[in-house]
Amino acid sequence: MNKEQAPTERSLIEQFLDDNVLFLGPDTGIMRDHSVSIPTEQESAAVVAWADRSEDINLIRNRLQTACNESFDMVEQMGAAPGAKWGDLIAGIFSCQGDLALSSAGGVLIFSVLAQHPQKFMLKYWKDDPTVGIREGDIFMHNDARYGNIHNTDQSLSIPVFHEGELVCIVGSIVHEGENGACEPGGMPGGAESPYDEGLKMPPLKVGENFEFRKDLLTFLQNSVREPKLQLEGMKSKFHACLRIKKRVEEVIADYGVDAFLATVRGTLSDTEMEVRRRLQTWPDGKVLSNVFADSTLRENVLIKIRCEVIKKDDELIIDLRGSSPEFLNRANNTVLASMKGMLAQLFLMFVWPDLPRNQAVFAPITVLTDPGSALNCSPEAPNAQSMMTFFPAFTAVQNAIPKLLFSAGFRSTDIVACWYNMITTFVYGGSNQHKELVGNVCADLNGMGGAARATRDGEHSIAPIFASMADIGEQELIEEEVPMMKLVPHKVMVDNCGFGKQRGGHGYQQIVTHKDTQAWGYMVNTIGAKFPSTYGIFGGYAPGCYPLCKVKDVNVFEVMKDQRELMRFTIDEIMNEQPFPDATYSSHHAGLQFELADAGELYMITQGGGGGYGDILERDPADIVKDWADRIVSKHTIENIYHVVMDYATGAVDQDATDKARAAERKSRLARAKPYKEFAAEWTKATPPEGLPFYGSWDDPTVLHLGTPDNTCPADAIVPVMMPDPKDVEIAKLKAELAALKQA
Amino acid sequence: MSTDSAATPDLSGVTIEDGKVAITEYLAIDLDKETWHCRRCDQNLGNARGPYKEALMVYEREPSEIHDPAIDPEKYEFTYAPDPAWCRIIEYYCPQCATQMEVEYLPPGHPLTLNDLQLDIDALKARHAAAISGSEQGGQP
Ligand SMILES: [Zn+2]
Repeated sequence: MNKEQAPTERSLIEQFLDDNVLFLGPDTGIMRDHSVSIPTEQESAAVVAWADRSEDINLIRNRLQTACNESFDMVEQMGAAPGAKWGDLIAGIFSCQGDLALSSAGGVLIFSVLAQHPQKFMLKYWKDDPTVGIREGDIFMHNDARYGNIHNTDQSLSIPVFHEGELVCIVGSIVHEGENGACEPGGMPGGAESPYDEGLKMPPLKVGENFEFRKDLLTFLQNSVREPKLQLEGMKSKFHACLRIKKRVEEVIADYGVDAFLATVRGTLSDTEMEVRRRLQTWPDGKVLSNVFADSTLRENVLIKIRCEVIKKDDELIIDLRGSSPEFLNRANNTVLASMKGMLAQLFLMFVWPDLPRNQAVFAPITVLTDPGSALNCSPEAPNAQSMMTFFPAFTAVQNAIPKLLFSAGFRSTDIVACWYNMITTFVYGGSNQHKELVGNVCADLNGMGGAARATRDGEHSIAPIFASMADIGEQELIEEEVPMMKLVPHKVMVDNCGFGKQRGGHGYQQIVTHKDTQAWGYMVNTIGAKFPSTYGIFGGYAPGCYPLCKVKDVNVFEVMKDQRELMRFTIDEIMNEQPFPDATYSSHHAGLQFELADAGELYMITQGGGGGYGDILERDPADIVKDWADRIVSKHTIENIYHVVMDYATGAVDQDATDKARAAERKSRLARAKPYKEFAAEWTKATPPEGLPFYGSWDDPTVLHLGTPDNTCPADAIVPVMMPDPKDVEIAKLKAELAALKQA
Repeated sequence: MSTDSAATPDLSGVTIEDGKVAITEYLAIDLDKETWHCRRCDQNLGNARGPYKEALMVYEREPSEIHDPAIDPEKYEFTYAPDPAWCRIIEYYCPQCATQMEVEYLPPGHPLTLNDLQLDIDALKARHAAAISGSEQGGQP
């Protein structure tokens, strides 16, 4: 543009451009900002007017909180989606500027920080647009993560609330609905190679007026997914939950006046932010570095580095994730920055300050730095359906770092926690069910993640997902009424499946699945960590191990076991090691399984992960070992070679003297086999990743990113996106080379 | 927005032992001497303004020693043990009492996380200026 342009000419051009926007993509300003909006004049005046009536404000806040919880329960009870039934949702109240001020206490707290973006988009672009507008009775929905969401399988619904013609708030609900018409069933396509493989893509969209859905738009949405009945049902339950919160808001306004309501909403946001800053003030100032390595794109094993520096200064926290892996332009494991921020925010909501109100102000004092174009801040053209595969590891990187600052904090509202298991280990399914309906969704038992060890006690077995403090794993019998899957071993806690330590992580379970009575049925699994553990211990505690996907194919267990029940084994290791079904094919894989049709009676087997350990294994109380032995969750090998405890296995009596001796001997041998830091580092450290290891991200210098080889690099501030070859092409090339070699010989 | 930094922050959760501030499960800082110490044996672990890890003993562990493969590695490519070509366990011990203070999982040859914890010692001193002169102070674990 010519610098000499006259001001009027420039504004004419700007006006022309503003009036002729060809496409309203995600607004980068809205998407990058997670701070709380500056109060409107009316909000500020309301806060001042109600400043000395904190008891009333507290009462109103509790009424609104109860309204959010009530609506949460409504969706959980009415919703047909497995996600709704297990609590993978929230319901909440947004300020008139779109900030989430109050939300249901349970459910998926990631939403607490990222449900605001579509509301802000609507307010900025639709409110004054003569073809859209925001009016009493309007119903809006959205699901595209690029406009603010975890992933496209979640659908939000919101309605504006007016008082005397003025917008006073927006109330909304967001639910993991599941099926969304993507290239694979169930809503989270690990096989997506572009955003256009991810199915339904709603930007904020007005789907109803006068409190009714528009039939044509409803039909369009139903036509876009594999479960049209579920789509309708999900919309109705969210809508009625929103109507309930709206009613409660109107009751509050009727009782106290609109200013009291505005003062409560605004005050909740500013009080929360102030309280977080006060708490951060009690942390020591300093810097913690933590590296995490994700080992898969879900299609192939690669090492994806998440580099994380957490810097605490005064009342602010900076999470610097620069130096992490570049984005994968044709893989689904990238995350939109806002989605990751939501995940990081709920680390604080769930594990650090669970006593704070669930709203976005909790994250306001926290700054997140990333390299644009990295896997943690991907471009709009990169698919993000499995963003969890990088934002869960990013969560773990921060969870791993926080205890080093929190341990000596002056104020804490929780125990010190190691790293929680961080993968959604379960089956996504798709096909025709026993009622001849097409279905596609995910099993609720992804929620059975092993809890991490804490400073004062062991982690709990298969207790809760990292993204929801209260969630259910579902009832197997109920699931079997709807889908033709049978879990031959539904949830069997696996021996030694945890991070060992002074306090051990909670264990995860094994599950063995098959199906029958269906014309077509298939499975997907979305889990990384088959080569490199996905989560870690702290303060000398170990990580849990790795988790393969195991299959037994070319067999129908219902037929072969008809007269031979004794063939069945109840652990994956027994089935794989003993191979009890003759002529079957046994194989193990990484647990990124794209949708795969299976025959009736074939076995698919996965293991839910355990939590990270806390502290030195040699400090574990032998009495705790005895208890674990009685519970059959620890092996003799681990007791003797890892914990160095000597006990009588029949009676459970510990030989304390022998244990002390064994542990003293182990301490001696530790010092004998170890080397001083500098000597060790000099031998260990290499200048580049090893040849043959597909490594992505920075090695030593955070400003230089490796792109899969020791020599191929790019600057972190000018990222070259990664394109991966089709795994089938890689396999074909390998087979062709083998064939050529055989022909030569 | 910033809270009043002049106000004394809440220090009720801080543990002071033998005049040293407990920093982690195994580390404490002597604010007078500005030194890191092992909380189990009081071993001096060097300048608190520098990395404590330089004072530790380090060992590289084959991951399957801790993480049992569970399914036969001869038969199957993927087991419950990490792939040693991708992942190694680095263990850090106190040079005196051999307490395992830290464990890291790293790709072979990846630089060790030397500066995993760098505290602002001046700020820490200011924070504890009042509290440190007192005797034993029990805090949260
Ligand atoms: Zn020591």
